[in-house]
Amino acid sequence: MASNDPTIRFRLDPGSGVSPYRQLVDQVREALVAGRLRPGDQLPAVREVVTQITINPNTVHRAYRELEYLGLTIPQRGLGTFIAAGAVDEAGDDQSNAAKRLRLLIDQMRAQGASDEEIRALVSNRLESEIDADS
Amino acid sequence: MTESPAVLEAVGLGRRYRRTWALSDCTLSIPQGRVVALVGPNGAGKSTLLRIAAGLTPPTTGSLSLFGTNALNPTPSLKSRVGFLDQERPLYSSFRVSEILHFGQSSNPSWNMTVAHEHLDRLNISLRSRVSKLSGGQQAQVALTVCLAKEPELLLLDEPAAALDPVAREDLLRLLMRQVADSGSSVVLSTHSLSDVAAICDYVVVLARSRVVLADDIEFVLESHRLISSLRGDAAVLPDGAISVDERNSARQTSALVRVELPLNEAGWKIEQPTLEEIVMAYLRAGIASPFEGDEVRFENWERP
Repeated sequence: MASNDPTIRFRLDPGSGVSPYRQLVDQVREALVAGRLRPGDQLPAVREVVTQITINPNTVHRAYRELEYLGLTIPQRGLGTFIAAGAVDEAGDDQSNAAKRLRLLIDQMRAQGASDEEIRALVSNRLESEIDADS
Repeated sequence: MTESPAVLEAVGLGRRYRRTWALSDCTLSIPQGRVVALVGPNGAGKSTLLRIAAGLTPPTTGSLSLFGTNALNPTPSLKSRVGFLDQERPLYSSFRVSEILHFGQSSNPSWNMTVAHEHLDRLNISLRSRVSKLSGGQQAQVALTVCLAKEPELLLLDEPAAALDPVAREDLLRLLMRQVADSGSSVVLSTHSLSDVAAICDYVVVLARSRVVLADDIEFVLESHRLISSLRGDAAVLPDGAISVDERNSARQTSALVRVELPLNEAGWKIEQPTLEEIVMAYLRAGIASPFEGDEVRFENWERP
């Protein structure tokens, strides 16, 4: 049986423009980086999530599949979904390395005289066209 | 995308009331296990489509199948697989809740009384209450409970959350989602609230002026649309791979909501991710702007939530 005290409480921000399934994936990543979730912890069953927040169960399944694909969780048949052993490194490494690289880039652009506004516009435009190239 | 067989398939479906087409040329295939939002202005044909699917209104033209079976003259066994909740939520107001449930049990071949009692218990609705003494939100819960107790494989809900306060609406949608989680039922619901759509639906069908203008997986809809704008005014040519849904031009700026068929990689365009609401609104505006034959269709403004 799952414990009565859920390891993570999901929230949905309907105004964020981020799709609900992406929000769930991000919240698990954040909880891992912050240490609120540890390897071996069990994620709430889909039915529990549907009781916590108003969300389509298909969306929760989709998020859980994505987490498994990212190597952050391991499903155990009949038992539920558990945080994988290497998940903290997986979620944390990605983020801290990326943050370092991004800071370096911002420093360089500032040194070349770019304003913060210009840097922001450049990054967001680039990101959008990357997203388009991926899809 | 791998799809299981369609739960609802309409081909050229139409319904005429005297000289007015309430629904015309509706061709639609809804995959199994989805929670489908049916959106569009009042008078766009949402209720007509749901009523035809529920077997309550015969179509003037076209064909309809449910679970791969012709549904224009539904057999009782086909009917028992479909649950319909009318916009008006008709309940006998002098009945007690328990009497409504027993009536439901005696008039439906399959009926899960345990589920019905569980739902009402969780919502603190007493079986002894008279319907007339319940709040609007509680009446909606009872009506939905009756619909769910049939354990239908396809639920057709006409504005199930309309006119409910935010808490009652949340309770109702959660009840519905729990049912989907437990039974895997497919749901088609009409709504004016695009925030409900974003939270609980995974497939969207947009009706405008009695026609289907968009029908697809919501994740795919979000991924395949972009808001693009260019400071080059006077009819700048849209980038390759972008098909305009709704376009605005002024002397100083061109902006458009586009469907993206190829990766956009055009210098000089600002590319942004639109929200589902922006995409739906663009299709509705485009549907409204298109030439339209006949002028009798009742048409009111799209209600923003």
